Amino acid sequence: MKAVSKKVAWATGMAGALAACVTINIYFPAAAAERAADRVIDEVWRLQNDAVPPAAAPGESHTGKGETQ
Amino acid sequence: MKPMQLPRLVVAWLLTLATGLVFAQANLDIDTPAIRALTDAMKARHTELLPFYESGAVGQAANGNLALRDAAQVALPQRGRVNGLVAAENADRAALYREIARANDHPEWEADVRATFAKRFLERAPKGWWVESASGWVRK
Repeated sequence: MKAVSKKVAWATGMAGALAACVTINIYFPAAAAERAADRVIDEVWRLQNDAVPPAAAPGESHTGKGETQ
Repeated sequence: MKPMQLPRLVVAWLLTLATGLVFAQANLDIDTPAIRALTDAMKARHTELLPFYESGAVGQAANGNLALRDAAQVALPQRGRVNGLVAAENADRAALYREIARANDHPEWEADVRATFAKRFLERAPKGWWVESASGWVRK
């Protein structure tokens, strides 16, 4: 009887762990999606009209100031 | 199979699953042939769309699409061409959002992917482009 209850406890714990894994995976990874969007936007737009000076780090000049009007 | 082998197998399987999940959280996979084909097409189209972004004829809509917001900015002979470009870009963007969700084994994320892209298109649009914010169209 002891062995059976041990098995039941083990199985319950494992089921809980599995449920936790599934739960994590249901949430939309917003930060990862933003990074993916930025990678695509960098590639597609190339932001060639920003006139970035050659020495400056590309992709910096369009953030921060001047975003709103 | 011995009685003790099964729990170990289950633990190994769970660890593998958990490792996969950690990576899934770290980055979304955008490196599939379908996604690459779409971004290549969008890249090629961008050169043609750029003058219309700058003139304000075409803007970044709040729903993750492009919108022809001011047709009067486009010379009459070019209007058909602009409409075609906007329609083609919106079709590719829709396919891109769908493919990214699918490539990451969550087709139900499509709307979230679209919302994320919409937000970043608006935020990252360079000065002078038109974007549709919550309060309407604004020129950055």
